[in-house]
Amino acid sequence: MAYVALADRDHEQHLHHPQSWITRWVFCQDHKVIAIQYSITAIAVGVVAMLLSSMFRMQLGFPDSFDLVTPDKYYQYVTMHGMIMVIYLLTALFLGGFGNYLIPLQLGARDMVFPFLNMLSYWVYLVSVLILMASFFIPGGPTGAGWTLYPPQAISAGTPGVNGGILLMLLSLAVFIVAFTMGGLNYVTTVLQARCRGMTFMRMPLSVWGIFVATVLGLLAFPALLVAAIMMLLDNLIGTSFFMPEMLTMGGQGEHNGGSPVLFQHLFWFFGHPEVYIVALPAFGMVSDVLSTHARKNIFGYRMMVWAIVAIGGLSFVVWAHHMYVSGMNPYFGFFFATTTLIIAVPTALKVYNWVLTLWRGDIQLTVPMLFAIGFIFTFTHGGLTGLFLGNVTVDLPLSDTYFVIGHFHMVMGVSPVLVLFAAIYHWYPKITGRMFSDTLGKWHFWCTLLGTYTVYLPMHYLGILGVPRRYWSYGSDFIPDSAQSLNSAITVAAIFVAASQLFFFINMIWSLRNGEKSGPNPWNATTLEWQTPNTPAVHGNWGDKLPEVHRWAYDYSVPGEARDFVPQTEPPHEGVVSGRDHGVEH
Amino acid sequence: MNVTLLFTALVGAILVLLLLVRQLRTKSWLEKGIITEDSFSTLAPKRVGLFVFLGVVTSLFLLFMIIYNERAEFPDWRPIADSRLLWFNTALLVIGSAALQLARNAAGHGRLSGIRINLTAAGVFTIAFLVGQIYAWNQLTAAGHFMATNPADAFFYLLTGLHGVHLLGGLFVWAKATTNAWQKPDPEDVSQAAGLHLSVQLCSVYWHYLLLLWLVLFYMFTST
Amino acid sequence: MAIAVVILLLVIATLIFHFVSPLYGWWFTDIASNWDMIDTTVDITFAVTGVVFVAVNLFLVYCIVNFRHRKGLKAEYDPENKKLETWLTVITSIGVAAMLAPGLVVWGQFVTVPEDAADVEAIGQQWNWSFRFPGEDGELGNVDVRHTSVDNPMGMDPEDPAGRDDVLIFDQTVHLPVDQPTRMLLRSMDVLHDFAVPQFRVKMDLVPGMVTYQWFTPTVPGEYEILCEELCGIGHFAMRGLVVVDERPDFEAWLDSQPTWGDLMARGEPNLAAGQAGYAICAACHGPQGQGQPVLNAPKLTGLGAWYIEQQLAYFKDGARGTAEGDTFGATMAPLMATVPDRNAMRNIAAYIETFEDQPVETTVTGDVARGERLYTTCAACHGADGEGIWTTRAPRLAGASDWYLVTQLQNFKSRVRGAHENDIYGSQMGLLADMLPDDQAINDVVAYINTL
Repeated sequence: MAYVALADRDHEQHLHHPQSWITRWVFCQDHKVIAIQYSITAIAVGVVAMLLSSMFRMQLGFPDSFDLVTPDKYYQYVTMHGMIMVIYLLTALFLGGFGNYLIPLQLGARDMVFPFLNMLSYWVYLVSVLILMASFFIPGGPTGAGWTLYPPQAISAGTPGVNGGILLMLLSLAVFIVAFTMGGLNYVTTVLQARCRGMTFMRMPLSVWGIFVATVLGLLAFPALLVAAIMMLLDNLIGTSFFMPEMLTMGGQGEHNGGSPVLFQHLFWFFGHPEVYIVALPAFGMVSDVLSTHARKNIFGYRMMVWAIVAIGGLSFVVWAHHMYVSGMNPYFGFFFATTTLIIAVPTALKVYNWVLTLWRGDIQLTVPMLFAIGFIFTFTHGGLTGLFLGNVTVDLPLSDTYFVIGHFHMVMGVSPVLVLFAAIYHWYPKITGRMFSDTLGKWHFWCTLLGTYTVYLPMHYLGILGVPRRYWSYGSDFIPDSAQSLNSAITVAAIFVAASQLFFFINMIWSLRNGEKSGPNPWNATTLEWQTPNTPAVHGNWGDKLPEVHRWAYDYSVPGEARDFVPQTEPPHEGVVSGRDHGVEH
Repeated sequence: MNVTLLFTALVGAILVLLLLVRQLRTKSWLEKGIITEDSFSTLAPKRVGLFVFLGVVTSLFLLFMIIYNERAEFPDWRPIADSRLLWFNTALLVIGSAALQLARNAAGHGRLSGIRINLTAAGVFTIAFLVGQIYAWNQLTAAGHFMATNPADAFFYLLTGLHGVHLLGGLFVWAKATTNAWQKPDPEDVSQAAGLHLSVQLCSVYWHYLLLLWLVLFYMFTST
Repeated sequence: MAIAVVILLLVIATLIFHFVSPLYGWWFTDIASNWDMIDTTVDITFAVTGVVFVAVNLFLVYCIVNFRHRKGLKAEYDPENKKLETWLTVITSIGVAAMLAPGLVVWGQFVTVPEDAADVEAIGQQWNWSFRFPGEDGELGNVDVRHTSVDNPMGMDPEDPAGRDDVLIFDQTVHLPVDQPTRMLLRSMDVLHDFAVPQFRVKMDLVPGMVTYQWFTPTVPGEYEILCEELCGIGHFAMRGLVVVDERPDFEAWLDSQPTWGDLMARGEPNLAAGQAGYAICAACHGPQGQGQPVLNAPKLTGLGAWYIEQQLAYFKDGARGTAEGDTFGATMAPLMATVPDRNAMRNIAAYIETFEDQPVETTVTGDVARGERLYTTCAACHGADGEGIWTTRAPRLAGASDWYLVTQLQNFKSRVRGAHENDIYGSQMGLLADMLPDDQAINDVVAYINTL
């Protein structure tokens, strides 16, 4: 099977068609089933993380009123909330969920190139989730080291979960990285190798571009986390001194000698910053497709959008130390990293402009996915702009480690990607299930989520400007006025409101599964390949007997002279149109 | 710091290259009809997958090397002693890698006996290398250098161990390929021969890579 | 359509919130250092980003209103517009440069410490601060974690002559002279910490194994809270200190009253005979063997570390404890302290008390031990898993203590009868932690658990 000509691709893949219920829904190698497995697992842990946040928000909003969240629990919940949301929900859902679902369908492939590895990826991911969840049930509970897991504190006395929680956390991360690598190899190889006939790189929908570049980032960046996790495990278990310095611990001398905690931070953020874009780039891509489809207009500046994704991906590797301006690293690094960080704002801003310009002179259908996408533009603009405060080294000085940081990264990395996830789930729900969701419930869900989250995070920035530090179980401080505590109470009320309003979403998803209207293959009149499958929901193998062929780019909406306001990618050009690449190339 | 810059430069270079690729400058909305442009689609998926995987492994080990170099600058660093055994092990791995190259050449000429002998030899020498590495660990512990004795020792155990794990993974694929090679060939089944050919090719790429990686690690251990 | 209105309203609400929040105190504290340049960079950033925020969102609103779907509307086919994109790139780059350039200039000042800056060292450890001044030679002596002991909490090198005149502040309050550029050297004994005074605007982490720094010039006399802003374990939120910015003469008077390392080394061993004599008056209430007498509300002293007793005696003596309204039993200690002339006498008495043999006392408090155990997880971080007390966290032994006394003290901490005095910062930390016990039942539960230790 070494060299297969393109035209013979159909015969190349021997799909293992499922024989029984178990192989069809449990140990299934179909990318669509794996995508659903990934998504459901990720959303389930996400709910756990959301409940944790409601619990510690209760403590912050209404201190002294109950003893469910003692300081040790508080730090454990905060840590688990952060880690679950960033890694086990967002990364897994964007790449494991949507990456799996969209890549083969949007590229016209039958499946991922290594279906068995793909299945394994999910099961290993599930193991990592189970290991993480197990830490709630061991003596001492999960780690409370903060999601950044900085040593020495993460593995020394005085931190909750130092006996078992941190070990399970590091182990779970290592397992997750293995799972991600298996999935990631698949996504990248599939994009490079298994595109259908006519699907050139510049004809790929931006969703695929975003997922592709994010996966490349993940493959290069997750090893940094693996390295850090392995070395910290050894410091903890065997007593090596990679990161652990000479120190006191509980009144006595520690056993370590000469290690450097800052080294860990470099490694962590070398992973951690690209991680932001591992979440953001798929969101950028998917929201572009949603906006374009529902505005009935091509995405504005497609080339610029692709370049921006690639440029942001590249730059994301040279900005990591902007998380460490006050970490005690050589302060002269500040000049370099502030500059690179603000440079990355330029392609990011261009993306925002292009989204709005896509709406400009469009024919905007205010559907539920579109509402979420517009909400994303608003929150992402806000979150992106506050990033300019923290990226600029001097401005970061008073704001670092305060609630401003919390407000910023929740707006840019919490609310915004989650709004895209909802947009995407509503957008592709008809393809995944064959049924439409309830519009009314969807709109309720949107309004509660947008207004609620903005009420939660906008005030946090101002608490941060005041100087309220993050990761404080309680304040009781001279300079924090009582009005700040009332703001904190208001934030808590809003947060619990948002958490509760997610019920609209779950009810909608489950109810519509049976009761939704039949959607037909292409309810949004979209151009991309996944809407052109012969069956809806698509069956194993996706394309029936013959793979699709692609004749145009992914955004032929409202093309002048066409009868319909969209032309699917599979539609051949009219007679008389010269096909080929030449007039496409810039001279 | 130099290695950090190297890594950054590497990532940067890959992305700049991507940006410079002519394909990324096409105005795709002007192109109609079927266009076939790229070389990736003609490659076997396993080959593409292997190269992507090697990228991941490179990232992993480069990061370790960066941390190694940073950590080596702290005053408590005591470099490990030179070991003749490591030179001997290196020779074993070189032979293993060379044997795989011979197997690959044989596959190119369709000489099944050449594949069989060289493939087997490659595995044997690689296993010998791994045994030698374990022996080197024993030497080190016998000399009182345990994992927690000094960061240099810790890195040595850790990096040789990880390198060994990667070789073990390679041996798993090698074992499958070797079993295939020694089976009676079915003259009717073209895909069997092609599959073997591909496996041998990919194994040789992986072995050369791991040999190169070992040489870099070896140099690093002895030069700090 | 509703979405356009809502986004417009959100933009307006954001602007209103922004301009109104200073009225409610949700804004920078009044600056008390030379770093108003930092505030300027923040203002510039607010101006630039504010304009972009409003402009982008208003355009978004405009697009939604104008191009929302109506019958007969058809979208334009508009793949790209190079000129527009170039312009947008240029304008964005200018905006970014306008924020970056001043930022880098001010950062340049932050990393360059002025020649005339005076050195002060802040030492962080779980979960308290202490400080060190270089003394007359202007040079800080060597330190090493390995020298640390209960008699040498800062890990001073006894061999280094440069350390003899170092002034050691075993207290969470440090005084600084106004208008004096100060380089704050930062050293951690255990994990990461961060020295942040919001009114000074600057902050920097403390990293074990290295010395970091920040510099500032305090410009306004007053008291400012030091916050740890790098997560350092369960007690992180309670790791507070105090900077008192004084006029120079006041500062110098304060500094002169503090012991040097040379003074401390010269003290020698405590005098047990003197301690025994001094203890005579204590014995009347606390009993000859320090076993305590519940009827007189005198707690058991036996088993407590000498460092803790000495510190509490000092608090009673200078009014940091026992003076608050409602602390009737504590108030009885204050007049008795007249018989203890100075710190050295306190040290002798404390050392003498430490020689008593520990005897178990009768327990009087009952409660839900299981719940108490759950709550005690937090206490264990400072007081030890077995309630043995840990001197580095300044947390006394709890195991075997008079349980009725623990209950009263927890109530006092919670109601700020104890620990509210500005000189009792260890006590104020305990107050913050006592807040986790919502009612008397919780207090009884946790003490009932301590009884089992």
